[in-house]
Amino acid sequence: MYIKRNALLLAAGCVIFAALRSQAQSAISGGRVDKITDNDTLRTITPFFIPATTSKKNPNSEGFIQRWLLLEPINKSIRSNLVFTNSYLKTQFDTAYFPNQFTVIPKDRDKVKVGEQELAWHALESPTFNVKLFRLAYGLKKHTYAVLFWAVTVVNSPREIRNVRLAVGSNGGSTWWLNGKETVILDGDRRMVMDDCVSTRLMLNKGKNIIRGALINGPGLSDFCVRLLNEKGEPIKDLTVSLQ
Amino acid sequence: MKLIVKISTITLFSIWLAGTAIAQVGKPFIHDPSTIVESDGKYFTFGTGGSGLMSEDGWTWNGGAVRPGGGAAPDVLKIGDRYLVVYGATGGGLAGGHNGKILAMWNKTLDPKSPDFKYSEAVVVASSDGIEDNDSIDPGLLLDPTDGRLWLSYGTYWGYIRLVELNPKTGKRVEGNKPLNIAIDCEATDLIYRDGWYYLLGTHGTCCDGPNSTYNIVVGRSRKVTGPYFDNIGREMLKGGGKLVVAAGDRLIGPGHFGRTVLEDGVEKMSCHYEADLDQSARSVLGIHPLLWKNGWPVAGDNLKEGTYEIESERRGYALQLGVDFTRMPGGMRFNRNNDEPVKPVPSQALADVVKTWPTGNIGVNLSDYMFRPHQKWTISPVAGAGGYLGGPYYKIVITGTGRALAATQDAEPITVPTFTGAPEQLWRIDQLTDGTYRIMPKEVPNSKEHLALVSSGDSTPTLATFDMNSDNSKWNLRVH
Repeated sequence: MYIKRNALLLAAGCVIFAALRSQAQSAISGGRVDKITDNDTLRTITPFFIPATTSKKNPNSEGFIQRWLLLEPINKSIRSNLVFTNSYLKTQFDTAYFPNQFTVIPKDRDKVKVGEQELAWHALESPTFNVKLFRLAYGLKKHTYAVLFWAVTVVNSPREIRNVRLAVGSNGGSTWWLNGKETVILDGDRRMVMDDCVSTRLMLNKGKNIIRGALINGPGLSDFCVRLLNEKGEPIKDLTVSLQ
Repeated sequence: MKLIVKISTITLFSIWLAGTAIAQVGKPFIHDPSTIVESDGKYFTFGTGGSGLMSEDGWTWNGGAVRPGGGAAPDVLKIGDRYLVVYGATGGGLAGGHNGKILAMWNKTLDPKSPDFKYSEAVVVASSDGIEDNDSIDPGLLLDPTDGRLWLSYGTYWGYIRLVELNPKTGKRVEGNKPLNIAIDCEATDLIYRDGWYYLLGTHGTCCDGPNSTYNIVVGRSRKVTGPYFDNIGREMLKGGGKLVVAAGDRLIGPGHFGRTVLEDGVEKMSCHYEADLDQSARSVLGIHPLLWKNGWPVAGDNLKEGTYEIESERRGYALQLGVDFTRMPGGMRFNRNNDEPVKPVPSQALADVVKTWPTGNIGVNLSDYMFRPHQKWTISPVAGAGGYLGGPYYKIVITGTGRALAATQDAEPITVPTFTGAPEQLWRIDQLTDGTYRIMPKEVPNSKEHLALVSSGDSTPTLATFDMNSDNSKWNLRVH
């Protein structure tokens, strides 16, 4: 049983942060065994993320894209995850939060102003197949619930590939764009499931392709996983992932 | 006009009846139920907050199961001659804390009226610190039938579902045992074993929001209890995979918290709660379904709906019918006709066309190929107040449009009597079997203590005999035409 109560939402963050005082993340599953966390005095995004480098990086063995530019969370007022209807997401993601939000490829540590918030982009890599946005927000001491994230990455293809599908899973509602075209919407109160929603057939350009996502969540462990599938439904792995 | 209104009303009522599946009766209100277990001849299930239900027959459920400790989402397992009860001490949800603890305690009986009813002191067998990617609630138990090892899965949407090993003699955590991550993005997990596979059942979707709860139960499987668990398309449950076992239906919304009860070979039940029963103030209620196995995957069967059926033998495919004279429909050969003749519908043979030719006393039954004739159509309906068995009520089985009821004779043969009286030999237990066929059993065979089932002794001859899951003679299909 897990209650997602809207009324408790804003109080929840305070309760959680208060409860987290002297404990630190010592290790989180890279394999199948978790070590029980001892304390969290470090309050860090590791080991959930490592800084992105400029070294050549392919999708992982299952095609998941693990290198992303992630914007610190935008605070939202969300009373319940059940509000994430298709039209709600369109309204939220069509809202202008910062300049060029549908075209920008930021650099690490670039900052944007969203209302009263000054937010930084972080160029990061996830050791796991999924990108744990909750842990990003938590590690950076930001709001973890009732938040909206932006994510951008650049996929370089050695050739033009037709009939490609963008496959996404997300905890929270999200929308994803490939080369500026809206391709996948995950509405409703969702947990992250790989290949939960996939796009219609798309074309991957030879060279640079930009994948952009926006994810909104109330209470919950916000995260996402993204990969590209070929026309046979198999993951495309001979790509390189850069952030420029 | 009045007649039309009356007929329409009857028609609508008939349609409503035909689509009705009955939930458990009594006061089956519970949330996060444990697996149903039998103790002292009664059935028990425990829920969140110390709630619990008890049933004498498995069909009528009321409060009465007692468990100390409060907390959330217990599970219970009989090990030897004792019952191990586990529960989560917390369960505040995503908006609460995540310092969870799973506690375990023993009892010799689950019947509070028994002199042996006494719980041992609860001990912590798993925990989470509030920060890590796990919240230790929602435990599920498995005693591995292959080696006797005891396993506990637990967790919720806050990170991973984990697996730890307990000592089946003490109920305590095996010393030095480390938790394994076996799934994400689900809760209320339960492990079961069948035919060389370990199955991990989990609940996806949103809890605790009445008719808006999106709870549903999914499954993955593994050759090893420690995983990895994959769904039917090879997607790991550690990546959110899972094949649907049961979703909403029959005005029941939000199934969660799977439990499996094996009654005997081929007869299995699954329990759950529904977040909202729209026929009972949208309250959270206990649900019990037949548990079917299709291509090696568990799936919830349907609780039998009141309606008109062909009762088809799995042996040859023949239909159960009254032993009356075959009445021809008008007309004969219908080929070699002029193709330019206008065509028109021909009415089916109706009860009124034949019923006067039937004897008025007891009539035997036999089996023949189905021709949708009145003597082959059976209306099956639950009998109010007649009690039931785990997951179902006793039914009456009558020739459609009549009171002529299927009954068991003292010679252990099936027969029909002119009028249904509610006598035990006219009440029938109907269980959907694990392969989707049905077992049909009289509540009683007069002057006999044997539990017999409707069986095909020949292609055209039914009898009452011992049920054998490995024989198609013992199985029936209930077909709607």
